[in-house]
Amino acid sequence: MHPDAQKIQQAFPEAAQNAVEWRGDLTIQVKRERLHAVCRYLHGDPGLDYDYIVHVSSVDWPDHPERFEVVYEFYSIRRKQRIRVKTRVPEDDCVVDSMTDIWKGADFMEREVFDMMGIRFRNHPNLVRVLLPDDFPEGYPLRKDFPVRGKGWRDTFTFIGEKTG
Amino acid sequence: MGLTGKNEPAPNLIQVARGHQKDGDPGIILTTLEKAVNWARKGSLWPMTFGLACCAIEMIAAVSSRYDIDRYGAGVFRASPRQSDLMIVAGTVCVRMAPVIRKIYDQMPEPRYVIAMGSCATSGNIYDSYSVVQGVDRFIPVDMYVPGCPPTPEALFDGILKLQEQIMQRSVFYKKPPEAVKA
Repeated sequence: MHPDAQKIQQAFPEAAQNAVEWRGDLTIQVKRERLHAVCRYLHGDPGLDYDYIVHVSSVDWPDHPERFEVVYEFYSIRRKQRIRVKTRVPEDDCVVDSMTDIWKGADFMEREVFDMMGIRFRNHPNLVRVLLPDDFPEGYPLRKDFPVRGKGWRDTFTFIGEKTG
Repeated sequence: MGLTGKNEPAPNLIQVARGHQKDGDPGIILTTLEKAVNWARKGSLWPMTFGLACCAIEMIAAVSSRYDIDRYGAGVFRASPRQSDLMIVAGTVCVRMAPVIRKIYDQMPEPRYVIAMGSCATSGNIYDSYSVVQGVDRFIPVDMYVPGCPPTPEALFDGILKLQEQIMQRSVFYKKPPEAVKA
C-alpha cells in the first residue's frame, strides 16, 4: 500500500473507503461528509504537504445509485507526489464542501463543475456560472441525460441593444 | 505659353498626361468612377483580426512571409473594427461569442465584407452541440465561405480573390434592383 494512503487510512479510518495505486498514481475514495477534513489534512500535514490543486472535475454515472462523482487532484510540489481524491454525490442532494478555504485555486474549477454538472459547493464565495452565460436556461450540459444539441438555446441570439424575439 | 506671357516653357507646376510619347500613350486612363472605386476597395481590404480557433493559425500563416497576404492588399490586420473592411471569422463560434461578433460587425464602417473561414464558421462542422452556432451566417451576412478544416492559406487567398472579383462587380453609386443582383 502507498505510504500516503496508509497515513490517510490511519488518520481517517472511517472516511477513506478505498485506495488504488496505478503506475505510481494514488487514488483514494473518500466519504463526502469527511472530504473537507481529509483535504485539510492532505494540505496541512507536513509529511503529505499537498500544496497545489491541479484540477477539479466531475463524472456522471447515470446508473449508479450515487450518481455523481467529484474528483479532486492535488500535487505536492516539494515531494513531487500526486494524489487523486474522489467522492460520491447522490443526485437529489448534490452538495460538496468547497475547497476554496484550503486552496484558493479551487474557486474557478469548482465553478466550472457547478456550471457543467450542477454540483453545488458549500461555502463557495461566488458560485455562479463561469463558462455559460448567467441566464443559461437549459440546465447542466455535461450530464448524461442532457441532449447533445441542447434544447434550442443555440438558435436564440440576444444582441446588445436589440429586442429579443 | 508661359505664365509671364512670353514664349518660354511653363514652370513645372502640374503635369497632366505626359505619357510615353514614343508609344503614343497619352497617359490617360479612361474608366468609370465605379470601377475605380471598386478597384480601390478591393485593393485595400483591411481585415479585422478575428481568430477564434485553429483556423486562426492558418490565418496567421497566411499573413506571415511565406504566404504574404499583403500581395492582395489584405495584410493590414486591424485590432479595431472601426478601421477594418473585412472580417475573417476564423474558427468555431459559440453562442456566447455571437453577440460579440454581431456588435463588432455593426461597428465596422461600410462597405464591409465577411469571410467565413473554415467549416465551423460556415456550418458548425462536427460540433453539432448545444453551445456551438451552426454557421456564422445565422446572425451576420457572409460574402464568402472558405471550406476546409482548417483551410490552407492558399484556400483563404482563393476566398479573398473571389471576394475581390465580387467587389469589382458591385455597384457603388446606385442600388441595383434585387433581381439584377441575383442574375
